[in-house]
Amino acid sequence: MSYLEYRVQTVPTGFSKVLYLNWGLILLLTAVSSMGFLMLYSVAGGSLTPWAEPQMKRFALGMVAMFVIAMVPVYFWRNIAALAYLVSLLLLVAVEFVGTTGMGAQRWIDIGPLRLQPSELTKITLVMFLAAYYDWLDIRKVSRIFWVILPVLIILLPTFLVLRQPDLGTAILLVAGGGIVMFAAGVHWAYFATVIGAGVGLVAAVLKSRGTPWQLIQDYQFRRIDTFLDPDSDPLGAGYHITQSKIALGSGGWTGRGFMQGTQSRLNFLPEKHTDFIFTTLAEEFGFIGAASLLTLYGLIIVFCIASAMTNKDRFASLLTIGIAATFFLFFAVNMSMVMGLAPVVGVPLPLVSYGGSAMLVLLAAFGLVQSAHVHRPRGPA
Amino acid sequence: MRRPPKDTEESARRITRRGLVLGGSMLAFMSVLAGRMRYMQVDQAEEFRLLAEENRINIRLIPPARGLIFDRTGQPIAENVQNYRIVIVREDAGDLDETFAKLRTLVPLSDDDVERALREVRRRSPFVPVTIADQLDWEDVAEVAVNAPALPGVTPEVGLTRHYPLSADFAHVVGYVGPVSDYDLSKLEDPDPLLQIPKFQIGKIGLEAKREDQLRGSAGTKRIEVNAGGRVMRELSRQEGQKGADLQLTLDHDLQNFVNARLGSESAAAVVMDVNNGDILAISSAPAFDPNLFVRGISVKDYRALTENDHRPLADKSVQGTYPPGSTFKMVTALAAHEAGVVTAGETIYCGGYKQLGTRRFHCWKRGGHGFVDLHDSLMRSCDVYYYELAERVGIEKISEMAKRLGIGIRHELPMSAVAEGLAPTKAWKEARRQESWMVGDSLNASIGQGFVLASPLQLAVMSARIATGEAISPRLVKSVDSVEQPILTDGPIGLPPTTLQQVRKAMFSVVNSRRGTAYRARLLPDEMEFAGKTGTSQVRSVVVKNSEVPWEQRDHALFVCFAPYDKPRIAVSVVIEHGGGGSSAAAPVARDIVARALHGDVPPLEVYPAGERAKVAEIFESMPLRSRESGPNVSDRA
Repeated sequence: MSYLEYRVQTVPTGFSKVLYLNWGLILLLTAVSSMGFLMLYSVAGGSLTPWAEPQMKRFALGMVAMFVIAMVPVYFWRNIAALAYLVSLLLLVAVEFVGTTGMGAQRWIDIGPLRLQPSELTKITLVMFLAAYYDWLDIRKVSRIFWVILPVLIILLPTFLVLRQPDLGTAILLVAGGGIVMFAAGVHWAYFATVIGAGVGLVAAVLKSRGTPWQLIQDYQFRRIDTFLDPDSDPLGAGYHITQSKIALGSGGWTGRGFMQGTQSRLNFLPEKHTDFIFTTLAEEFGFIGAASLLTLYGLIIVFCIASAMTNKDRFASLLTIGIAATFFLFFAVNMSMVMGLAPVVGVPLPLVSYGGSAMLVLLAAFGLVQSAHVHRPRGPA
Repeated sequence: MRRPPKDTEESARRITRRGLVLGGSMLAFMSVLAGRMRYMQVDQAEEFRLLAEENRINIRLIPPARGLIFDRTGQPIAENVQNYRIVIVREDAGDLDETFAKLRTLVPLSDDDVERALREVRRRSPFVPVTIADQLDWEDVAEVAVNAPALPGVTPEVGLTRHYPLSADFAHVVGYVGPVSDYDLSKLEDPDPLLQIPKFQIGKIGLEAKREDQLRGSAGTKRIEVNAGGRVMRELSRQEGQKGADLQLTLDHDLQNFVNARLGSESAAAVVMDVNNGDILAISSAPAFDPNLFVRGISVKDYRALTENDHRPLADKSVQGTYPPGSTFKMVTALAAHEAGVVTAGETIYCGGYKQLGTRRFHCWKRGGHGFVDLHDSLMRSCDVYYYELAERVGIEKISEMAKRLGIGIRHELPMSAVAEGLAPTKAWKEARRQESWMVGDSLNASIGQGFVLASPLQLAVMSARIATGEAISPRLVKSVDSVEQPILTDGPIGLPPTTLQQVRKAMFSVVNSRRGTAYRARLLPDEMEFAGKTGTSQVRSVVVKNSEVPWEQRDHALFVCFAPYDKPRIAVSVVIEHGGGGSSAAAPVARDIVARALHGDVPPLEVYPAGERAKVAEIFESMPLRSRESGPNVSDRA
């Protein structure tokens, strides 16, 4: 596809591009990240170290990356999408052999001073590649069986590699994120209905098989399910995190205990209080008002992205924007469900708020892609 | 290639449709999240606030100090000493292998210790402190404390642990404590929460186990603010528990030490009892063991050494061990027959070396026979035939009843482990137990303390005390509990005519003090030390061979019972030496030395012994491993 398609004369060039950025989105991202800095400052007991300061630095770095990516025309990103996907696959394979083990799973590769987490990168490159795939694919073939199986394989390949690490949270995000891109691209309803139906059936079969001779999963796996359904049954074991997190969250009330006044997080009851469970600190210290505010900010980010995608006539740009918005949504939806006891503990961070370098950088880079799509959208009469 | 405009339009429309569906679903799910948040944070807020409050405040048990055990003079037998240990909290520890490797350079840790600790650390929740090493020296703990920054999650702690300063002397009486086991817990219906404390020490055997309820005390509680690491942030309030009760025993630690030393390496037991109030002054089983080994957790090697020893150091022979009492039982037969009136004190019976019963001959130990003997002579010279005759006349039921009245065949309620009942057999017993009817021959055997009769050294001492006083006194081991004097146990007079009793006592006097008595060589010279006793030799095998010609475990048991002083009895003593040979040669001298020691109040001077015995006694005293009385037990440097 040629550059001409984008109607050069109406697309901003040079530094004037900055004026065409989606500034509302940037404001929202900054607001969410700032809430993160505040919480990291609080859980460290009122200290910039060890979390808040490095997080701010990464945010600054991520913002720079976002601007740079936004300046690059979106067709460039479409053209390298396949390459990016392949590179991330290779990195996932490399992690198997040279990866550093952390938290019981192999997730990092150390390249000089840089610590790379390929599974984070893959979440974005997968969405990019799928968007490029559907941009390339003839629109009439989208729901044909062969052209449906192909993207399914594209999704399952990195998912399989990620599961081997093992990292269930990322695997869920990859499947759901990829599925949403396929859905947005217009794959027929029936496929999704079939997959969801089969999934529900499988879960039902597994649960039914308990205690029968044809039991499908191990006893200990059933016990984990029990713990999720009733955390109090194992208050000091696996249910501990859920119970503690619910207590912290619930005790926040309307307005919370006040900044830096959360007893639960202060007294170390919360596990992973600076990463996966940071939302409980926010909920405890700022109550329902604080928690709902964050949720609103997240919601606005989604709305801005969807709106940008719907007004964009370019197929790749639209799908990419929707895919990234969906991935972002999955992050906070899974994390919040988890800390509220609606989903099992799978280890997904709260986007832009949880402490963590890779996730922050990758997310801001992804929003750089969204910005690029926004800036370089086709303009004028079609 | 350029897409036809129609396709682009179609594509944009489709994406817009699907985008709206997706955006709508996402917002819908977010409303669910918001609803859940509202429910938890607003509607259920009160409930969670309460939980949060409970969460922050934790109630911990304060283990009470275990009650102390003293002897009658106030000397500590079981005490609590400070014990240093190091514990680890996994959550705070970082890399376990690294931490343990570092720790091993500071503290002596065996591979077993490390493996056990690692296993426990992995099994328990990450915030539960697990003991890595116990019973450490102050120096080791100081090393750990100094290196604390390099050892995250590892903290030294101070606690109390049991210590027995007199080592083996009271091993069998007092027993020992050990960490509570799953087996201990399984035996209890409603276990004390204290027992859930890891490594909480409870009495395992002996007095420590029998009086566990009194010694343990009750737990105190403290309300503390903790974090999820289990780390105590601060103490909010404290309610002290009740310290365990202190027990004062009737035992005299110096006498006990002497008795232990005098029994030496024999497999033996001895009991010294106050005849007037039943106080056990010394109760010893030899060989003994160091109970401190068990408190620490005995090594396999040490334990094997104890269990494989053929002298059975772990068995408490003084109350658990039962032996055929042999001729020491003759007083019972004599008293039974005289009370029944089947014989009079002056009546003589002819001993020709055996008694014919049907086709069987029951031999006297003296093949040539004793000639005509009455009560006094038969007891003094230990004639068997006289008692065969008495048994035939009076029957087993009367003998058995008399045995029980004198304390044999009944269980004395002492707070020690496995106190044996012994056996005073009756016709009914034999029929029930053996499905055989009682034979007259059984009575004859029983009359001289053989056959089915069994008595423990404790019971023999009780018997001697009851003969000496005519009172049915029972043994008492605990003198006071928290300074509250315990009752003296007596059932009043045993109901024997004083003249008969006096005749038996006189005969027992002659056993020791008459030239023809079987224990004449074991007499003591001073008037105030003259005592009365009875020798006994109980057969382990049926064939009569000289003791020196058979292996140790087939030799006869040597027994001796006595009370002293004769004219105004104060103490009763029983001595049983397993496979010791003859009662007069092996057991009587031991009893004599104990009597002399008890009456003199210290190691007696040689002058109290007959001239011919002094050299031998001096040699025995020389070789006895007595604890020095001046320096006392070495306890000061541990506290």
